[in-house]
Amino acid sequence: MSRMGDHLMIAPVVLPLLAGAAMLLLDERRRELKAAINVASTFALVGIAIVLLATSDTAATGLASRVGVYRLGDWPAPFGIVLVVDRLSALMLLLTSILGSATVVFSLARWHRAGAHFHSLFQFLLMGLNGAFLTGDLFNLFVFFELLLAASYGLALHGSGTARVKAGLHYIVVNLVASLLFLIGISLIYSVSGTLNMADLAARIPHIAQEDRSLLEAGAGILGTAFLLKAGMWPLCFWLPTTYAAASSPVASIFAIMTKVGVYIVLRLWLLLFGQGAGASAHFGGDWLLYGGMATVAFGIIGTLASQDMARLAAFSVLVSSGTVLTAIGMDQTGVTGGALFYMVSSTLGISAFFLLIELVERGREPGADVLAVTREAYGEDDEDFNEEAEAGFAIPATMGLLGLAFIGCALVIAGLPPLSGFIAKFALLTASLNPSGMIQGSEAVRASTWALLAVLILSGLAALIAMTRAGIRAFWAAPDREVPRVRLIEMAPVAVLLILCTMQTIQAGPVMRFMQATAQSLHAPSDYVRGVLGQNPSSDP
Amino acid sequence: MELILSLAIGALAGSGVWLILRPRTFQVIIGLSLLSYAVNLFILAMGRLRTGAPPVLTARTLGDPSQYADPLPQALVLTAIVIGFATTALFLVMLLVSRGVTGTDHVDGQEPES
Repeated sequence: MSRMGDHLMIAPVVLPLLAGAAMLLLDERRRELKAAINVASTFALVGIAIVLLATSDTAATGLASRVGVYRLGDWPAPFGIVLVVDRLSALMLLLTSILGSATVVFSLARWHRAGAHFHSLFQFLLMGLNGAFLTGDLFNLFVFFELLLAASYGLALHGSGTARVKAGLHYIVVNLVASLLFLIGISLIYSVSGTLNMADLAARIPHIAQEDRSLLEAGAGILGTAFLLKAGMWPLCFWLPTTYAAASSPVASIFAIMTKVGVYIVLRLWLLLFGQGAGASAHFGGDWLLYGGMATVAFGIIGTLASQDMARLAAFSVLVSSGTVLTAIGMDQTGVTGGALFYMVSSTLGISAFFLLIELVERGREPGADVLAVTREAYGEDDEDFNEEAEAGFAIPATMGLLGLAFIGCALVIAGLPPLSGFIAKFALLTASLNPSGMIQGSEAVRASTWALLAVLILSGLAALIAMTRAGIRAFWAAPDREVPRVRLIEMAPVAVLLILCTMQTIQAGPVMRFMQATAQSLHAPSDYVRGVLGQNPSSDP
Repeated sequence: MELILSLAIGALAGSGVWLILRPRTFQVIIGLSLLSYAVNLFILAMGRLRTGAPPVLTARTLGDPSQYADPLPQALVLTAIVIGFATTALFLVMLLVSRGVTGTDHVDGQEPES
């Protein structure tokens, strides 16, 4: 890569920082200019992420995967902070920037006028997310986490209102406590290993003395608790549905990636630190991920079936999605991890589109209509609709048709039905877990945990389908006297783009799956990552 | 010294946790502050306790690491304090907003029905 190409690695952090800071200087009345800066910066991030993804996917000579390392201040790796771009980081960067673009365009229709500093906070959130995906240092990760959380506190309250303030208060307290756990975990790990660099840590863990090992594992456990709280694993997830359902829809849509930050860190750190090469600590906590993930999915299933409005339904779908990925990580098989990555991308896109769509669908209805509808179903109080016959021939307006189509798309992706990408993701997960050794049939008995994964995946799909169908019927067919919502093109386009991306993921399933499997392989064999970061002649000289 | 420090951390963390579980927002914010003090002391302790040892090497000497304190946890504590300050301030604003919007200082935004 050229010198300019190397500096591209830090652009996902610097660009939003500059854009966000510049917008702080502008008066709130110059909203058009701010919006232009925000859109330009977010779109530029998509371009940067695509370039980084393409670069990281070209295998360098001698290495199975290319690991780009950016050393800040040119300090050698274990001493200075490094940014690391490999396939997984680049993939997450791209996902973040795509969601960011869709959300920001959507917000231009009306939401960005609902409160102050929306655009700056949005850029800072993107900066924190990108930094967390890029960094190769534990403490730096903490800093980026705090950054993205601080921005998210502001965004969660965007638009104000009592419900948001109540939910936001809980959200902030829970995350502040999680940050303290994060610090305790980091310092315990540091006290045992003497390093904060992730790659250096991975190299040192096999050599840690037996008597210190319990301390290290305690530290890793506490650190893991903090991440799993952000990922929304079952006993730690009660804050999530309320906060997400209360947040304004573009914000909830970008928050769909925030749980994935927790999942990403678990994926990266757990496979790096406690993979096959970790000596006595190998596979530490794997069962927790496996069964915790399943419990999360179970909780999410109950939640989706019980939720009375669409925003809560979407929030519980977030839980199902991150629970499924955590379970798949806990299986600790390369093929399953590849499927999980595919699933993560597709479900995040689907849920994000769903959050945007909810706002459009809900627009024409009086608040509380959902609760009323459920009560009607429960008590059998069918309001007799005499006009039914007269309305039968009435054509659905184009807006409603489009919204309904988008809704069906979201439902297909989230429930995992063909022909959209959710189905391929779940199919890949099941194939890989039932048949871990590739094409050789019947070489080993199927583990009990595999059956559990199978049950969990199918049940979650069924539950999502039931809940989405019920919500869809209520919103599109059974609403007695609703006005057709007025939807502008820039509100519909982001939803459509996200769903088209899901479709693209289906059409191009071969190349995408190959990429995901390559990512999973380099995650399960982290020696390239370690060598890339600590190596004597790293690929860059910033 | 180890005993005193661990007692201090324990007392701070214990009172912090207790206060966080209380129903008033003000108690929660004090609890968070106490807990973050405990965590900061804990980070410092994780760099091993030394008295009278400088963390920075003297200029133009190689130096014997056993004569010096570990500088990294001290740097971490500084960062953690700054970030903790900022987030506490943010939470304080949140507390006031919540008080203003809901008219109560209960963490759930409404008084429990007694």
